Amino acid sequence: MSKLAGSVSRVATPIKAWWPRIAFIFLISVAFALMLLGRSDALLIERARVAVMDGVAPFLDLLVRPVDTVGDAIASAQEMADLRAENQRLRSQNERLLHWEAAAHRLDAENEALRRLTKMAPDPRMRYVSARVVGDPGGAFVRSVLINAGDREGITRGQAAVTGEGLVGRIAEVGQRSARVLLLTDMNSRIPVVVGGRRYRAVLGGDNTAQPALLYLGPTAEVLPGDRVATSGHGGVFPVGVPVGLVSQVADGTIKVRPFVDWDHMEFLRVLDYELPGILRSLDKTLTGQALAQSSGTADVSTPPRGGESQEP
Amino acid sequence: MKLTFWQRLDVVVRALFPCLITLMLVVASALPLPAPSLSHIMPMLPLIAVFYWAVYKPDLFPLWAVFLIGLVQDLLSGGPIGVSAIAFLSLQAAVNAQRRRFVSASFAKIWLLFSIFSAAAFALMWLLISFSMMLFVDPMPLLFQFLLTVAVYPCFAWLMVRGQRAFER
Repeated sequence: MSKLAGSVSRVATPIKAWWPRIAFIFLISVAFALMLLGRSDALLIERARVAVMDGVAPFLDLLVRPVDTVGDAIASAQEMADLRAENQRLRSQNERLLHWEAAAHRLDAENEALRRLTKMAPDPRMRYVSARVVGDPGGAFVRSVLINAGDREGITRGQAAVTGEGLVGRIAEVGQRSARVLLLTDMNSRIPVVVGGRRYRAVLGGDNTAQPALLYLGPTAEVLPGDRVATSGHGGVFPVGVPVGLVSQVADGTIKVRPFVDWDHMEFLRVLDYELPGILRSLDKTLTGQALAQSSGTADVSTPPRGGESQEP
Repeated sequence: MKLTFWQRLDVVVRALFPCLITLMLVVASALPLPAPSLSHIMPMLPLIAVFYWAVYKPDLFPLWAVFLIGLVQDLLSGGPIGVSAIAFLSLQAAVNAQRRRFVSASFAKIWLLFSIFSAAAFALMWLLISFSMMLFVDPMPLLFQFLLTVAVYPCFAWLMVRGQRAFER
C-alpha cells in the first residue's frame, strides 16, 4: 500500500511542480489559437466581442455621466471667459448664414422643380438614432467608440455615425444595447467619398493618425488643399453627401483630409438609418456580416484588398 | 468550524479582490476622456494591476484569471484578440520566474523592475499586433503609453496597497 502511495507521489510530485508551466504554455497556446481564429472566423470572435460590449456598456453608461458633466462644466467656464468675442463672431456668422439660407431655399425649390421635370427617383428616407458615447476603449491601435444604442434601437452594421459637424465613422459591431463605431481615422476604415466641386471619386482610408488619407484617386484628378470631402454613397449603406472634412495637405502622392468632427467633444452621436428601398434591403439579409461590412466599405469601388483590410478590428 | 453564509461571502470577496480590481481597471480604461487624443496614449492600467498582484498576491491571482482578464481587455478594445492575454500571462510568468528579486526589494527597485518588465510586455504587444495585422504598426503611441504607464505606477500601486490592506484585515 505504502509502495503504491510512494509511486503515486513519485509521478504526482513532478506533475505538481510542472503544473504552472504546463498551464502557462496551455493558456498561451489558447491565446495564439484565438488570435489565428480571429483572423479566419470573424463571426465567432465578434459574438464574444458583442457579449463583452453589452455586459460592460451599462457600467460605462453610468460612469460616463459624471465624466461628461465635469467636461461640460470646464467647457462652459471657458466659454464664459470669452463670451463677448464669441457673441461678436456669431453675429457676423449669423448674417452670413442668413444669406446662405436664402440661397439654400432658392436652390431647394429649383432642385425640386428639376427633379419633378426629370422624373427622378426620390431619395430614400432617413431615420436617426441618437446615442451617447459611453466608451473609448481603443488604446494605441484601434480608433473606435462604444455607444449606448444597439439592436433594440434598430442599429445595424455599416450604418453611418455622424455629429452635427460631419461623419464620425461607421457601425462595426452591434450588440443588444450597445454598438461599436469604427472611427474614420482607424486604420481599418475605408469610406467611399467624393472630393471637391468636380466630385472626384476616392476612398478615405484611415491610418490611425488624426488625418486620414485619400486613396485610389484617379490619375487625372486635381485636388487642392481646402477642397471639401463628402460621402459618395457608393456601396449603398452610407447616405450621399454627408460632410466628412477638408483636404488639408497635398504632398507627393499623399492627400490628407482633416475631418470636420470635433473629436474632443463627442458626447453624442447620431446613427443614420438609410432605408434604400428594394434590392439592398433583401441583400442585407442574405449577406453575412463580413461581406456586408465589405460592401459598406470597399466593394463598390473595386479596390484591391489590402492585407487585413476585410478583417474587422 | 462552520462558517455562516456572510462569513463565506466575506472570504470569497476577499479572495476575488485582486481579480475584481484588475477587471475594474480594464473597464475604467474604456471610459471616454474629454480629450480622446489622450486616450491613445492612456496608461495601460490593467498591466499595473497584473504586475502588482503577481508580485504581492500571486496566490489570489491565478494564471487563468490573468488569461481571462487579458481576453476581456482584447474583446473590449476591439484590437486583435489574444494580444493582451499573451502579454499579461507573460508578464506574470516573468515575475514568477524572477520572484527572488522581489523578495524584500525596496519600492524604488520594484518600480524599476516594473519599468523593465512592462517594457518587455509592450514590445511583445507591438510584435503581436504587427504580426496579427500583418503590417508594420507605428510603435510611437505604444512608447508613450509605456512611459505614462511607468509614470503612473506609484500612484496606482499606492491605491492597491490601500485596497489590499483594507481587504486583508
